[in-house]
Formats: sequence, structure tokens, C-alpha cells
Amino acid sequence: MSTYYAGLFADVGILLLGALSVYVILATGQLSLGNAGFMGIGAYLASYLTVTLQWPLTAALVAAALACGAIGIIVGFPALRLRGIYLAMATLGFGEMVRSFFLNFEPMGGSGGFHGMTHVSLGTIWLWAGGVLLAVLVLERSRLWLELRAVHDDETAAGLVGLDTTLTKVGAFGFGAAIAAIAGGLFAHHHVYIEPANFGFERSIEFVLAVILGGSTVGPGALVGAMLIVMLPEWLRVVADWRLAAFGAFLILVLLTRRQGILDRPLLARLAFRRSAA
Amino acid sequence: MLLQQLVNGLTLGAVYTLIALSFSLVMGILGILNIAIAELFMIGGFLGFAAIAAGLPLPAAVAVGMAGAAAIAFLIEKIAYQPLRDAPLITPLLSTLGVSIILQNVATNVWGSDPLQLPAEWFDRRFQLGPVSIGAMQLVVIGVTVALVALLAYLVQRTSVGRALRAVAENRDIARLLGVSASRITLLAFMLSGALAGAAGVMISLHYAAITPYVGVETGLKAIAVMVVGGVTRIFGALIAGPLIGIVEVLTVAYGGSQVRDLVVYGLMILILLLRPQGILGGARTDLGQRV
Amino acid sequence: MRAIAPQPLLDLANVSKMFGGVSALSDVSIRIPEGRIVGVIGPNGAGKTTLFNVVTGAFRASSGAVTFADEPITHWPSYRIARAGIARTFQNIRLFASMTVFEHLLVAQPHQGAGIRRFLPARRADPEAWRRAEEALAFFGLAAYRDRIAASLPYGIQRKVEMARALTARPRLLLLDEPVAGMNHDEAAELRTLLRQLQDRGLTILSIEHDMAFVMTLCEMLYVLDFGVLIAEGSPAEIRSNPVVIDAYLGSEA
Repeated sequence: MSTYYAGLFADVGILLLGALSVYVILATGQLSLGNAGFMGIGAYLASYLTVTLQWPLTAALVAAALACGAIGIIVGFPALRLRGIYLAMATLGFGEMVRSFFLNFEPMGGSGGFHGMTHVSLGTIWLWAGGVLLAVLVLERSRLWLELRAVHDDETAAGLVGLDTTLTKVGAFGFGAAIAAIAGGLFAHHHVYIEPANFGFERSIEFVLAVILGGSTVGPGALVGAMLIVMLPEWLRVVADWRLAAFGAFLILVLLTRRQGILDRPLLARLAFRRSAA
Repeated sequence: MLLQQLVNGLTLGAVYTLIALSFSLVMGILGILNIAIAELFMIGGFLGFAAIAAGLPLPAAVAVGMAGAAAIAFLIEKIAYQPLRDAPLITPLLSTLGVSIILQNVATNVWGSDPLQLPAEWFDRRFQLGPVSIGAMQLVVIGVTVALVALLAYLVQRTSVGRALRAVAENRDIARLLGVSASRITLLAFMLSGALAGAAGVMISLHYAAITPYVGVETGLKAIAVMVVGGVTRIFGALIAGPLIGIVEVLTVAYGGSQVRDLVVYGLMILILLLRPQGILGGARTDLGQRV
Repeated sequence: MRAIAPQPLLDLANVSKMFGGVSALSDVSIRIPEGRIVGVIGPNGAGKTTLFNVVTGAFRASSGAVTFADEPITHWPSYRIARAGIARTFQNIRLFASMTVFEHLLVAQPHQGAGIRRFLPARRADPEAWRRAEEALAFFGLAAYRDRIAASLPYGIQRKVEMARALTARPRLLLLDEPVAGMNHDEAAELRTLLRQLQDRGLTILSIEHDMAFVMTLCEMLYVLDFGVLIAEGSPAEIRSNPVVIDAYLGSEA
């Protein structure tokens, strides 16, 4: 595989993780526009652990995921007071605050960024990305996921059939934050250099975009979305300078024709049926 | 020099006020975030710049920026909002994001990604008011903002169109019963919002004496914070919040270093969202209850 | 068992609910004995649905106390109240938009299969809940719709799904918010039979209803609310001849 494609596939893997981090939070009906913030915390924390404390990468990623999961839970509680677009705006503010914090955090390089990480292989990235995707797919078949969907569909009714909506929503925030932290740790060790601008609003939006494009109601949607977002601008090279505009037009087109995204449950069921019939 | 900083903050705040009004016109009436407003603002700036470069006088440049942005806002409503009006809130958010991507790409291709400078002699004229020095362009920014806000206030509060706007914002169904065409009013809100963003774009290029295709995201996000602080459902809350955030920002830069300013601004926004949910959300908790 | 006046299953003592300065319920006291079918009637805006919302924890009472099966539930969150044994249906049906009929019946049994087992597929997580969901499917004649998205089914079927969802949780008290709204005479009769059947199995039912004919034939006891105030209580016969009640209804229609 050429280094060029290896780089692209690494981007897909990291974006897949970022998209999944939005997906599990969105599964409870909460839209987060601040997951790049969790990613940034994970990236800086994991880098600090491997570079300064000489931890092995795996341990650093696990520690970053746990720490960020805890932060996600802490963020999740005030988030309960907000819903819809207000939650989206508050998480946007959270992401911008994290970015701004690292801009001022001189011990980790401030605006100059941080480096010294050892490069992580494409295989390792996909081991993590594939592993987390698999975990989410398994989770999707669980009793717990049914409860998540109930909270997503109608929070009040979910409470009235005896589901602890608070625990569900806060837990989803924690889980999503942990996944975003892994994405951040891998990002840092893939690019071997990080700066606060890596974790701004555009990154958060990219995660949400991958989920919505690929299909926001099924886990594999995140994979399809991540591939589209990384690969489509490459495939659109024919239109040269206008490829971003073409991408924007494609996005609008998908939303207009399939607002649930490219993959959804009926489509997955049809694909599965065809495969078993063949 | 505190007084000087206040004047600078006021100028920046004036621009924020315009964009925040632009956001909250659409938000207050439809409950959606039109992300493309950030790029309408940028496009407005470039159109105004092009008009100035073509030798048009400043008022004409403002008009060009407003008209151009309003025209694009018309297209946004028709293409990216109207077909999706019954979708979940996130869908129009992302479809308008699609428009943003296109607009930014167009601007980079047409005007390049390097900042374009306005003629320097425009910014030489300064007035000395005691210890405070005010640039002529600062006066223009503040003056145009005050005039536009007054115009908008008149439109919303005193005219039949304004009554229709407020009726739709209050309750779409009742507005329809009263014979107000919600779809026409929606389109109007988009265009008014676009015109304000366009004007703000021209103002920001006068404030910074330059314009780049990337001015939209940063300033646009800040304007969302201004809208929130002012109260999303109260359109004219931005009148207080805009200057407030502008001054807070300029003061933190002056006394705390330029990097803390975003921390302060977004921290303020989150605090407002969390601590005044009734005032600003129009009642998060009770809203939940009333659906039962 | 105490000899004198056994504790009612549900006891509202002097419950008030204010919204801003407006009082939606004022000083309402209601006692629902176990095993009875009790109705709440009153003109529109009398506070009937607010009463349900206070009982189920969707709203918190401004003052007063709610006791269910000797537990003080006034300040409990709604999921705890539901798990304690109160289920409800809604005036305008509220189903989970993405779920099939069967999934509705599964998800509404949360107090089983708790803890780490929730990470397993639903069938393995709680085989008992699975079995009961299948049972409910058969009992309500919904087997044909098992894997259809519930919200896409005809109105009458949706009503059944909602009722089935409320009952698979095995509640002790069922709150019904206008259960016969939109039903024809036969459907209403069928529902009445069903509710009687449930009563025989020991279920206590509290129902809000506008359809007077239905209320008078179903309920053993009625409470009448008007502008958030309890204006009368008694047997259907007593209520029918109560001048205060007649006034409230005529007044509201004039």
C-alpha cells in the first residue's frame, strides 16, 4: 500500500472513532457539537503519558479514555438541563473552551503545539477503530441499546415506563467522550504533532457530518460516513479547485433525498437478506 | 487606557450585534441554527469590498453586501431549508453547513485565500475626543449598526410585516389561523437575516481593514455566543449582549492576554445556557412537562 | 390487614400544583382503594392530565403528598414511580418512533434484567421479560404486527400497543388518559370488557374520561375536578344527580 493511501486509511480510522463518539451520544437524542474537545483532551493526555512519562501507547490510550469518560460524565450532568439546539450550542462552547484552554496551556506547548510522540502504525489505528466499532455493533443488539433508543424516541415516555433516563444520557456522554479520547490519542500518535487548532469546531462538525451522512440510526453508518468524508474529496479531484463545493452540494443532496443518511435499518436488513439468500 | 478599550470593544460589539441579530431572526422564528449565516457574513464582506474596489461609495458598498447576502439567503431557504422544514433540527443545521462549505470554496476560488486589504487612507482619519481616539471607520461601523438596528426594530415592532413575523415566532399554527402565510414569513426572515449578515460582513472588513474567506467561522461562532447571552428567544437581547461581549473580549485581550478571550466568551455562554434556562430557553423544564 | 379503613393503594393528600402564578391543581385529595376502577371527570382544562403528571412524577407537586402502596412517592423521579408499579397511557398516543411492537413490550419491563446483563442481547439479558412480551402480544391480539414499526400502524392498533406496553410491566395501578377517545361503540365495549378482566386479576385502574356513558358504566367511583378544584366525589349515580357537577358542566358549555 502506498504511503498516500495509508495516510488516508489512517484518517478514515480516526474519523470513524470520532463519528462513533458522536453516534453513541446521538443515540440518546443528544447532539454534541463539542466532541473535538474530548478528542483534544485525549490527544494531549495520551501524548503526555507516552512522551513525558514514557508509558506504552496502549496504556496511555486506556488511561486517556477512562479520564475522558469521567470528564464526559461530568459534562453530561449539566447537559441534562439542555436539549436540542441549546445542548448543541453549549457543547459547541465546551469544545471551543477546551481548544482555547490548550492554546493557553504552556506546559503542553500552548499555541506552539506538542510533539515527540512515536508514530503509530496503520494496523494499530484500525485495531482500535475496528475494536470500538465491533463493541458498538455488539452493544446495538443489547437490551441496553433498546433503552437508549427509548430515551431517544421519547424521553418522557421512557421515564414513565421505568427507564432511568438520567443514567442513560449521562452514561452515553461518558462513553462517547471515552471513544473521542481514543480518537485523539491515535490522532496525536499518527501525526506525531498536535496543536490546539486540530481540535476546533470544524473537527466536531466533521464527526457529526460522518454520522449523519453515513446513517445516524445504525452503527455501520459511521464507517460509511467516515469513508465518504475522507475519500470523496480525493475522488472529486477531477473538479480540482471546486471539490469542496462539490462535496457541499453532495451533502445537501444526501440530506434532501435520504435525511436518515445513506444506511438505515431497512436498508441493512435488505442487504443482510440478499447476502443470506445468495 | 480603559476608555479607549471600551470604544474598540463597542465597535467589535456592533458587528457581533448585527450577526447575532441575523442568527436570532431565524432561530427565534424557526428554532433552527442557520450555520451558513457565518459565511453569508463573509460573502457580504467580500461583495462590499469588491464594490469599494470598483469605486462605489461606502453606502453603495453596504447595500451591495446586504443585497448579495439576502439573495443567497433566499436560495438557502428554498434549497436547504424549505424541503427539510419538518426534519429534526440537526438536518437543516447540516444542510446549511453544506451551503457554508460551498460558499467558502467559492470565496477562496474567486478572491483567493490571502487577506485583501482595504485602502489604508480610509483608516487614517481619526477624531480626538479628550483622551480617546476614534477612527472614522469605527464611527461608521457604530453608526451603520445603530441605523440598521433602528430600522429592524421599526420593521419588527411597528409594521404589519413585523406583526406577522412575531405572530409566526409565537405560534405557527395560530399565525396560520390569523391568515399569515408562514412560508412567506419564513422566507422573509431568512432574507432579512441574510441582509443583516451581509451588512455585518462589510462592517467587519471596515473594522479589521481587511477581509479573508476564513473570517466567517471564528466571528460567526462568537456571534452565536452573543445570541445566547442576549437570550435566544428575545431578538433584541443581542443589543445588550453584542456590546457586552465585544467589550469583555477587548478587555480580556488588553488585560489577560489575547488567548484567554475565547475561554471567557464561551464560558459566559455556557453559564447563561445553564443558569438561566427558563429565561433563555423559554422554559426547558416546563416545556418538557407540557408535552406530556 | 388492619380492620379499620385499609390504606388506599394511591393516596393524594392536599396536592397543589402551580405553574408560575396559575394554580392547575389546588388542595386535591384523592384516595384510590386497591382493586377498584375509579374515574376522574371534569371540563376541559380542569387539571385532570396535570393530576396524572403529578402522580407519575412528570411534574412535581407544589405542595401536598402522594403516597403509593405506603411509599411516599411525591419527590421520586418518574422511572422510580413506574418501577414501583404505576403505568400510564397518554391522551395522544406516545409510542417510541423507531420501535417495533415487540420492542415496545420488551423495553417497558426495565426492572428485570438489570445490571451487567443489560449488555447482552435482549433475549439473553432477560428471558422472562421476553416470554412475557410474547404473552402480551398474544393476549392483545398483536401477534400479526410483532415486527412492524408501531407508530406506522392504524390508530386502533397503536392504542392497543400503548395499553400492552403499560401492562407488560405488571403495574399495580394503571392510569388511563381518555382511553376511548376516537373509539367507536364496539371498541369501547371491548375495552370495558378488557378492563373488567384486568380488575379481576387485581389491577387498580384510574381513568380520565370525557365519554360520560363509558365512565358511568365502567367506574365504581368518580372524582370531579373543575378549575383544579375537587368539586365532588361519589358513585356514578350520586355524581349524576349532584347539582354542583351539573353546574360545572353546563357552565363550561355556555
